[in-house]
Amino acid sequence: MTMHLNDVTLTYPDGDGRLTALDHVTLHAEPGELTAVVGPSGSGKSSLLAVAATLITPDSGQVLLDGTDLVGLNRKQRTRVRRDRIGIVFQSANLLASLTALEQLTVMAHLAGEAPTAAGERALELLDAVGLGAQAGRRPHQLSGGQRQRVTIARGLMNEPSVLLVDEPTSALDSERGAAILDLLRRLTTERGLATVMVTHDRDHLAHADRVVEIVDGRAHALAPA
Amino acid sequence: MFVALRDLKFAKGRFALMGTVVTLITLLVVLLSGLTAGLGRENISAITDLDADHLVFAAPAADQDISFSDSVIPAQTQADWADVAGVAAVEPLALGMTRAESGARTTGVAFFAVDEASALPPVAVRSGEVVLAEQAAEDLGVAAGGTVTVGGVELEVAAVAGSDSYSHAPVAWISDADRPMTGTAPDAATVLAIRVGTADLAAADAALGTETVTVADSLNAIGSYSSENGSLQLMRGLLLAISALVIGAFFTVWTVQRSPEIAILKAVGASTGYLVRDAVGQAFVLLLFGTGLGAALAAGLGAVAATVVPFVLGPATVLLPAALLVVLGLVGAAASLRRIATVDPLTALGAAR
Ligand SMILES: Nc1ncnc2c1ncn2[C@@H]1O[C@H](COP(=O)(O)OP(=O)(O)O)[C@@H](O)[C@H]1O
Ligand SMILES: [Mg+2]
Repeated sequence: MTMHLNDVTLTYPDGDGRLTALDHVTLHAEPGELTAVVGPSGSGKSSLLAVAATLITPDSGQVLLDGTDLVGLNRKQRTRVRRDRIGIVFQSANLLASLTALEQLTVMAHLAGEAPTAAGERALELLDAVGLGAQAGRRPHQLSGGQRQRVTIARGLMNEPSVLLVDEPTSALDSERGAAILDLLRRLTTERGLATVMVTHDRDHLAHADRVVEIVDGRAHALAPA
Repeated sequence: MFVALRDLKFAKGRFALMGTVVTLITLLVVLLSGLTAGLGRENISAITDLDADHLVFAAPAADQDISFSDSVIPAQTQADWADVAGVAAVEPLALGMTRAESGARTTGVAFFAVDEASALPPVAVRSGEVVLAEQAAEDLGVAAGGTVTVGGVELEVAAVAGSDSYSHAPVAWISDADRPMTGTAPDAATVLAIRVGTADLAAADAALGTETVTVADSLNAIGSYSSENGSLQLMRGLLLAISALVIGAFFTVWTVQRSPEIAILKAVGASTGYLVRDAVGQAFVLLLFGTGLGAALAAGLGAVAATVVPFVLGPATVLLPAALLVVLGLVGAAASLRRIATVDPLTALGAAR
């Protein structure tokens, strides 16, 4: 039991009224398991990840991480949780322009106040693990889209989180590179015992998932894995 | 300063541009400071160097300020001040502007006329003698032992001493007996230079119709000084304000451009404090380089300029303005920090608007 979303409801202001993006959603993500979240565009998938990542506070419901409810935490505590316990991979590879691939990872250790030498070694291992050992010194503009996404994944794992949240990791990639990213996520999830929640619009990806949750109009229900 | 330092290197061009602006502003401020101090020194050094802590002026009319050109202290008042308890030394000083000649050469000098026994001049002057500041001797091409005419009176140069000047003219120390005509009684002084022990100055002023001020406060009684210094200081102040605004504007634009990256860093767990430290450190590095270079350039230029224009090169005119620019630049940069606090990490998630 690593990350549980219990009965989460989220609304956004929408003109005079409110738009319900998540309607009493419940979702369980367990260590070593890849949970896929599918659904049409605008159904609330990214909102779900944002709630799980503590980037938005839901109107009601619980976001439990190892039994602790993250909803009640203040901003400082939530920042810490994101730094130390949750890895986030964004829809577009959001890297920092001035940093090399290696530094995209070591900055995470710097945020956590960790000594640079140990961090450097771990960062190199991680880059190796995502197949980018040889590109450690390159900046984002010197990397391909797929490579950038791999760096983002490695960065998400740098501070050894128990949960990895991934939003449409392949939306900017062709199907071959997309499949490779999926393989990578599958492998890392198993090897590292991660509770991975991956949003996708690509039904082909479901074959890799242990659980599949479909969201339609903010309402979630489990699907049998493909 | 993990990201900040790498940004400095990565966005070299942009920071070099801003650094150049800081350098040029520093250059301007330091040169102006040196010039202000140099002009000021030409105006006031003879007064600030007086061996006295207070100056006694004739009390001006109610709506007027004390002034060296208007003050007249008659002999009786001088005698009365000498009797005031708790005043250590009372030295009458009559001063004014006049012409000095030697052969075909002439120059404007400030004559400082004192009693023969007076301790005010660098070297005591007797009747028939003059003690010239170096600049005056140089302008007139005379040395000790030569003769000059000061205000129409022929005098022997007893010594060339000191570099004091008053109202942009070098000082000629003369004896009271040789004082040029000024339209006041020959035994009246302009001011009394005094050293105060325990005296009740306010009571003495009230009783004797005078106004006693510290030497520092007396400088504004030099007409040319207060207006000149005032406008130069105003320019300096404006330059400092402009630099704070320019730096503030630069960092505000930079922060706005950088907000997507700030959002990413916040999303992956950077606190606002961490990001603010990063940004302040970056501004500090930029300012340190910019002002350091500017101050070094200005010191070099100032050293050259000092040979032709009045220019003071020293910690107060080089390091102080540079330090002030660093502080004001940081204040300007701090204005952009508010934006760091307001960046929402949610925007890093991209799709969720
Ligand atoms: N910050 C926001 N403010 C207002 N409405 C939003 C915001 N983010 C998303 N929405 C709305 O919430 C719904 C769900 O959006 P989202 O979670 O991004 O869906 P998905 O990722 O499945 O495409 C959409 O109707 C979207 O327009
Ligand atoms: Mg989305």
